[in-house]
Amino acid sequence: MGLLSLAIWTPIIFGVVLLALGRDEQARSVRWIALIGAVVSFLVTLPLYEGFQLGTSAMQFVEKGPWIQRFNVNYHLGVDGISFWFVLLTAFINVVVIIASWEAITTRVNQYMASFLILSGLMIGVFAALDGLLFYVFFEATLIPMYLIIGIWGGPNKIYAAFKFFLYTLLGSLLLLVALIFLYNKSGGSFDILTWHKLPLGSTVQTLLFFAFFAAFAVKVPMWPVHTWLPDVHVEAPTGGSAVLAAIMLKLGAYGFLRFSMPIAPDATHEWAWLMIGLSLIAVVYVGLVALVQQDMKKLVAYSSVAHMGFVSLGFFIFSDIGVSGGIVQMIAHGFVSGAMFLCIGVLYDRVHSREIASYGGVVNTMPKFAAFALLFAMANCGLPGTAGFVGEWMVILGAVKANFWMGAAAATALIFGAAYTLWMFKRVYLGPVANEDVKGLSDINSREFLTLALLAIAVLYMGIYPKPFTDVMDTSVADLLKHVAASKLN
Amino acid sequence: MIDKLSWITVYPEIVLLIMACVIALVDLGVKTPHRTVTHVLTLLTLAVVAVMEASYALGGQTFYGFGNMVVSDPMGGWLKCFATVSLMITLVYGRPYAADRDMLRGGEFFTLSLFALLGIFVMISGHNFLVLYMGLELLTLSSYALVALRRDNATATEAAMKYFVLGALASGFLLYGLSMLYGATGSLDLNEVFNAIASRQVKHQVLVFGLVFIVSGLAFKLGAVPFHMWLPDVYQGAPTAITLLIGGAPQLAAFAICIRLLVEGLLPLAIDWQQMLALMAIGSLLIGNLAAIAQSNLKRMLAFSTISQMGFLLLGLLSGVVNGNQINAESAYSAAMFYVITYVLTTLGAFGIIMLLARAGHESEEITDLAGLNQRSPLYAGVMAIAMFSLAGLPPLVGFYAKLAVLQPLISSQQTSYLLLALFAVMMSLVGAFYYLRVVKVMYFDAPHAHNAQPISAPADARVVLAINGALILLLGIAPGGLMTLCTQSISSIVNSLGS
Repeated sequence: MGLLSLAIWTPIIFGVVLLALGRDEQARSVRWIALIGAVVSFLVTLPLYEGFQLGTSAMQFVEKGPWIQRFNVNYHLGVDGISFWFVLLTAFINVVVIIASWEAITTRVNQYMASFLILSGLMIGVFAALDGLLFYVFFEATLIPMYLIIGIWGGPNKIYAAFKFFLYTLLGSLLLLVALIFLYNKSGGSFDILTWHKLPLGSTVQTLLFFAFFAAFAVKVPMWPVHTWLPDVHVEAPTGGSAVLAAIMLKLGAYGFLRFSMPIAPDATHEWAWLMIGLSLIAVVYVGLVALVQQDMKKLVAYSSVAHMGFVSLGFFIFSDIGVSGGIVQMIAHGFVSGAMFLCIGVLYDRVHSREIASYGGVVNTMPKFAAFALLFAMANCGLPGTAGFVGEWMVILGAVKANFWMGAAAATALIFGAAYTLWMFKRVYLGPVANEDVKGLSDINSREFLTLALLAIAVLYMGIYPKPFTDVMDTSVADLLKHVAASKLN
Repeated sequence: MIDKLSWITVYPEIVLLIMACVIALVDLGVKTPHRTVTHVLTLLTLAVVAVMEASYALGGQTFYGFGNMVVSDPMGGWLKCFATVSLMITLVYGRPYAADRDMLRGGEFFTLSLFALLGIFVMISGHNFLVLYMGLELLTLSSYALVALRRDNATATEAAMKYFVLGALASGFLLYGLSMLYGATGSLDLNEVFNAIASRQVKHQVLVFGLVFIVSGLAFKLGAVPFHMWLPDVYQGAPTAITLLIGGAPQLAAFAICIRLLVEGLLPLAIDWQQMLALMAIGSLLIGNLAAIAQSNLKRMLAFSTISQMGFLLLGLLSGVVNGNQINAESAYSAAMFYVITYVLTTLGAFGIIMLLARAGHESEEITDLAGLNQRSPLYAGVMAIAMFSLAGLPPLVGFYAKLAVLQPLISSQQTSYLLLALFAVMMSLVGAFYYLRVVKVMYFDAPHAHNAQPISAPADARVVLAINGALILLLGIAPGGLMTLCTQSISSIVNSLGS
């Protein structure tokens, strides 16, 4: 069994065991088994870092075997510089989320923990799959645990949110399925993604494929104007669900652009890049403004996610090394930062049971340690140099300015809006005198919460101060991708 | 004419017939209210028959018997094997349910089931218009009686009446169409009909006229729009055990008779019947999915869901011949076969849950009766959720591959109309996802009702079978390759021997 298979199946097997054997009466041992499962699943991804070869864009750790011979589908796994970090990121965030949900979840603990473990394995599968159908199976299967997470452990309006999440994203992915079957036939009976990369395609076909991919991936990212599901879902989802959704699930969409849209339909990608850039800029500027007026902390961070993911898609579609790399770095950074922001909100929500900004004020007086973490993550969210948030945004803006000054200028306004909505929220929630009895009675974070936030804080700072390991891994793959996208596939 | 080889083709049928009579006689001496002896004897018979059919199918050979009146081929072998197994599962789920409802006063439940299965066998192995028709009648007559088994229950009796009247009409349609074709081609044998039509000596109008009636008759049996009216009423009205009896194994037979008649007999007319099937598929997908949204009764919802699933099945049957070219035939018909087998497997799970949740005096057939099932029994909720996600076509469950297999030949036909049909089907499965998800929502997100709070008691055998049933839906989703290959091999032996 290869390393990637281990990374995918270890958490899934732990999840299934928990589903089968876990009882609420033994919640304590269920939590520990879940934690052991998550940690083991993270540990098995570490040899990937040891063994990863820099300087090649070829797929590494490849595993290939027949799966469904009738359709020539292979169990084909592999990572390159683009997907590599997401495997580790997913496993890492999973550990953090399981620790973070330790006390917040008291009912059906085994199902909750199992959902997250299985979800984590499925998402690693999405990043590692090199077979179109295998990708689709993992991509779609993630909907089931997430639907249950939102619907069972969510807030008051959870049912609406769960359905909106499921049906909205399913609509997009069904078109992806049609596109995949089309490519299967076009390529003479192959679901191999790398074969599809080399497949010559006519201009109309490329456009149709591009928009079918767009339907699936733009909804997932989410890009403006199909982002409306995200705030609703974030508000209702439990803290852990929000963190995983923002940290990893949104990246599945952005990753799809890099793995499918751009290399399979390069001419259409160039033709429609203006549209993608336009939508990204709207997301960055307009959604940034929308975030400014939110009363609900989770909604604010949700809109901030949409704006940050706008940076990612902007970086992809300006077709420069620094832009695409910047986009990927931004994806990883946003994984840490948005996950951390949602966990911070979760810490407050567990104590006061309100997400309204207005219910708080002066939290720093009663929770100084926690406020320090929150400040760090808020700074990272608005892109302060020295934090993870800065690197990606700076690279994307640099790339955008090179491509077109005004585009860069518009993108750069996001730094102002980002600072505005994040810091204003920080000021209203944490600073000032103690606002009410609830805040007065707050107790500072315990060692468990300290651990989760510290793990993320280390990641955010490390990536901000020394991003080289992250960019080194992706350089060759990104350069190769761009070379591939620059060549026309029309015949 | 009747040589030794002929008998080989019908050994399982003979065993079934003899045992059905024996069980009817033995049952006279059985006095226990749960009829354990009859039940075990029936299951043993079925197990023997299933093994026989599987060994025929594994042999992979095609025998014709009794002057080409019946055929024993891999497709028939597998379908009969699966039909037998699904009847076994139905009986295991259904016995406690039937006992609670006074349906086991006599042994008819078992005997009629065996005769229905015999009808299914004849439908699957018939290679002659009259044999096929006889099989169909044996199945439907047994089914009418089974639906009416609770004769003092008003809804069941009403359902039986509707089923009988409409079913008889459909049989009439089919028989009339077959007689037209007999008149035109001068033969009842499928191969001879095939060759007569392929020779283009027969008047086309007459053939198409007969074809319309045949297709209508088949559509009645499948439950495709616009011949679907009976299905919701019968599914809802019949006792759940019987609903599963007529909604499970007979679907395999309906698929087989479609292949025998439309493909083995009438493939030269494909261009005509494919259009009819296309319209029925669109109607079934549309009405089945939209009407299912409005249902609050779970059995009725599943009935409409069946209609929409039959729409998908028809999509598989109609994409075999493109522009007179049979290149797609193997992938399309094998996709349809895969679809119907996995559909039956999933239906067994869903109705099994409904039956096991029912108690004496309480039917548990409203969707709200499932509220909070996850808190009452995670196993049942899990199996039902797997069944629902599979019917919705979500990976990694087997329903996804069934839909994928059906869509692939449609898209590979490179015809715009077929591509649009595929897109339409895909959009309709989004609508479908909504009502399947609603069942999951009720089970997982809602709290149990007070009147449903007591623990669920189900016999151990039913529980074990249910767990296996759910696991199969999931495992076949993770490794669907074997069943797909089996379907492809079965269908290719038919497609390769067409007209010979």
